[in-house]
Amino acid sequence: MAELSCAGPTGAYVSGQQVKAADESESVSKEVTMVQARVGKAAPDFEAPAYYKGDFTTVKLSDYLGKWVLVCFYPGDFTFV
Amino acid sequence: MAAVAARYQDLQDLGVEIISISVDSVFVHKIWNDYELSRMVEGGIPWPMATDAAGNVGKVYGVYDEESGVEMRGRFIIDPDGVIQAIEILTPPVGRNIVEAIRQVRAFQHVRNTEGKEATPAGWEPGASTLKPGPDLVGKVCEVWKP
Repeated sequence: MAELSCAGPTGAYVSGQQVKAADESESVSKEVTMVQARVGKAAPDFEAPAYYKGDFTTVKLSDYLGKWVLVCFYPGDFTFV
Repeated sequence: MAAVAARYQDLQDLGVEIISISVDSVFVHKIWNDYELSRMVEGGIPWPMATDAAGNVGKVYGVYDEESGVEMRGRFIIDPDGVIQAIEILTPPVGRNIVEAIRQVRAFQHVRNTEGKEATPAGWEPGASTLKPGPDLVGKVCEVWKP
């Protein structure tokens, strides 16, 4: 995982993700090759820093193979909905 | 998140693990959990609260909004083989219905337990009749199931 520090508190990494350096003459800033999550297909693996039961740790989706998993994204902490 | 946490035991009973993700740092997760969520849910959030500041995970899952720099309310049901069985994505102002997520988990688990021999019709709840896909069912769903 990415090093967890005050300067870099985050840095979730997605399996299979490759960000290629862009040619500066191109208008598109960077070319990203990645799989996309789709129903009926394997869930793209990811590894991310996490807060869990009082500790800072790392969560990796593929560690959950063999179990049902509910992954919930949300806009932000302290939001009201 | 508190709404999901309130149903955490139901999900545990079904053998479902939870991972929540937002662009907030783990430090903000800690303060939100320790100072607010733990007042709504005894013991606080009982699952890993992951951080995805750059939106790398959110982009792959199709929930990251580049303009606002946050992630939409995406909910993904992933089976024990690591296959995504259901996706629901809402814009931020409307909260999700965790009860429906639980219903879907039960339905997918039922289908899996029958090794795909049974399918669950619209609005299926445990104990209700299922459909057995095959040649005999073609054109006869109306005989075995009513909306």
